[in-house]
Amino acid sequence: MSLPSGPELRPAGSAEPLAGMRVIELADGWSAQCGRILADLGADVVKVEPPAGDGARARPPFVADRPGPDRGFWWLALNANKRGVTLDLAHPGGQLVLRRLVETADVLVESLPPGELERLGIGADRLASWNERLIHTSVTPYGSDGPLASAPASDLEVTAASGALSLAGEPGKPPVRTTLPQSPFWAGMYAAMGTLLAYLARGTTGRGQRVDTSAQASMVTVHPPAPVFWSLLGEEHSRLGPYLLGRSIVGARFRNIWRCRDGYVSFAIQGGAIGRHTGKRLVEWMATRGEVPEALRSIDWDRFDNTTLRQEDVERLEAAVAPFFEGLTKREFFEGVVARNMLGYPVSTVADVLEDPQLRSRGFWQETQIDAAGRSVEFPGGFALFDGERPRVRRPAPRIGEHNDEVYVSELGLRPEELAATRAAAVA
Amino acid sequence: MFAFYNDGKRGVTVNLKHPRGVELVRALIARSDVLIESFPAGTMARRGFDHASLAAEHPGLVMLSSCNQGQTGPHAQHPGYGSQLTCLAGFVHLLGDPDESPVILYGPYIDYIAVGYGVIAVLAALARRRSTGRGTYIDLSQYEAGLQFMGPALLEHQLNGTIPTRAGDRDTVAVPHGVYPCAGEDRWIALSVWTDEEWSTLRTALGDPAWACDERWRTAAGRRAGEGELDLRIAEWTRPRTREEAVGRLRAANLRAAPVLTIGELFQDEQLTHRAFFRGLPHPVIGTVHCISAPFALSATPSRQERAGPTLGADNDHVFGGILGLGDEERAALARDGVFD
Repeated sequence: MSLPSGPELRPAGSAEPLAGMRVIELADGWSAQCGRILADLGADVVKVEPPAGDGARARPPFVADRPGPDRGFWWLALNANKRGVTLDLAHPGGQLVLRRLVETADVLVESLPPGELERLGIGADRLASWNERLIHTSVTPYGSDGPLASAPASDLEVTAASGALSLAGEPGKPPVRTTLPQSPFWAGMYAAMGTLLAYLARGTTGRGQRVDTSAQASMVTVHPPAPVFWSLLGEEHSRLGPYLLGRSIVGARFRNIWRCRDGYVSFAIQGGAIGRHTGKRLVEWMATRGEVPEALRSIDWDRFDNTTLRQEDVERLEAAVAPFFEGLTKREFFEGVVARNMLGYPVSTVADVLEDPQLRSRGFWQETQIDAAGRSVEFPGGFALFDGERPRVRRPAPRIGEHNDEVYVSELGLRPEELAATRAAAVA
Repeated sequence: MFAFYNDGKRGVTVNLKHPRGVELVRALIARSDVLIESFPAGTMARRGFDHASLAAEHPGLVMLSSCNQGQTGPHAQHPGYGSQLTCLAGFVHLLGDPDESPVILYGPYIDYIAVGYGVIAVLAALARRRSTGRGTYIDLSQYEAGLQFMGPALLEHQLNGTIPTRAGDRDTVAVPHGVYPCAGEDRWIALSVWTDEEWSTLRTALGDPAWACDERWRTAAGRRAGEGELDLRIAEWTRPRTREEAVGRLRAANLRAAPVLTIGELFQDEQLTHRAFFRGLPHPVIGTVHCISAPFALSATPSRQERAGPTLGADNDHVFGGILGLGDEERAALARDGVFD
């Protein structure tokens, strides 16, 4: 089999619209999701790892808690649908091979620290001189230049520097971050978006360009209303624990997370047509299971307006509702709100998500074998349906150097002695 | 809010209950590359904009339908909003202290994931159209888009039987890893240490205090076993210092550290300013609005931000006159019939 040397050599089906696009990904955590998205959409993504493997392979947790290069859940999740080769970029022979790869590529995605490619002698200008149509996408904590470009950061620091951390947690206690790091996903998603814009622009200009993605800036986009409140009203929003702001014109806050029998559910006392409907049906539901407290029974839901409630009114209503939720399981709550067309959802765990009937019905999950032992797992499937078809998880994350022969010999046509030199370099 | 998040767009008003209104919109779609809608599932078809008939007239049309849970399935018609959908998708369970109630992720977090994936889907469909000439109908469930950001946890549960949960600011690798109080009210810095070498660097940056020389802190396992105590010790160092001083010292040692910025402080942040991230745009009613730019910078075709979100019907003349070519009198007649109301 030979790789297409450019786009559009084979017809792109609806669910693999990027078939024919070739992407080289220089391994690392920040850029992995970008390559994953392009690969899901049909691009041929070749991940180039150092001979010892990408550092992201070492991130726990691992399958059965046993460390190994092909056993980390981060590695498995973010590198499906890619092929993998190894190359020592510090070695001149390795750089010659990289050049051959870059000459066949539409896109190079990398997340090396700013300046690192230049230090290796393969900076942006050099890459562009090898292939003027190349789109060079970088993903770094703060962007490739500017006062913080060289400051090291992980998910926690870029989340802090984006304002997002300041908005989560209990007032008076330390801000908290989502335990599953989120910034690698946000930054990777925006890098894919920028890459595709550059790809479309190339259709007009004939030339590639740099796409310089900042993880910090990416995380500033996750809390859009907050900067508006500051910019327009000088209001500084901060963390409010389980409460929602902005539903009251007199400053009352409304509980959005409630304890239930086996966890938590998300619900709010609200106005508006759907909020009033929700309140009315809640009271009917409560009546089927026992006495409805007077504070709720006395409400005329057709005229209910939550925007003018004072904090003590809100708390009185919430105290009347809370025991009802405490008697329901997450599943009972979920089935109840769906049956009554009410607003509200369980605070799901991943186990709950995997059982969700809506996702099952839409064929979201995709069973994928992840190792030679035949172990398989359901991956989240493609993110949308394209003409009714869902992009597939076509292959699991590659083993270290799994596609060296396929890519270097069969496709690039490297002679055995050239490959031997590369191999010598690779183990050096 | 509208002015901030619709910058760069033109805006028109059309009465879709008026048959001429539907005709005008269909004419506009016929001249467009992309149609994006986020009504509840089925609404577009009821209003006369079903994809099949639009595509029959305009085979190159790329249409994106984005709603809470997708166009099909048992919950397609269930109403919901982003903040609660973020709970359903499992994010909120992962946020907060382990023994306490989870806390909300500010705003409709998952909506913005779906917006990003929606743009990506449209761009990919446009790239395909360039080679095939064919458009695509994209059915995007905000729930399914959001779950793309949960991959490792979804795999972990299936293969290890564990249920990943919230852990405050703790990490599976880095230790210490957390936020520490600084001088002033509600002022914090974030700091993380990823290797034993970095720990040694931190110890030096803290001034080699006696407590830090304890052998048990030398390994990640030792630091994890005493993480609570370690956090208190580090807080003793940060508390009398300003964020700037603490972060300056730590970054000078090439450690991972950052101030926990408040939202207002983002507008003065030197790195975001360097990237011209917030751009002031004139708005006829509000004054200057600070719109955000893309988190990526394109070197050859940079984004131009030219206008804030449109006021109601601001571009009716430009679009219905300039683009659709309706004359002044015809537009006046349509206005009298209420087509633009």
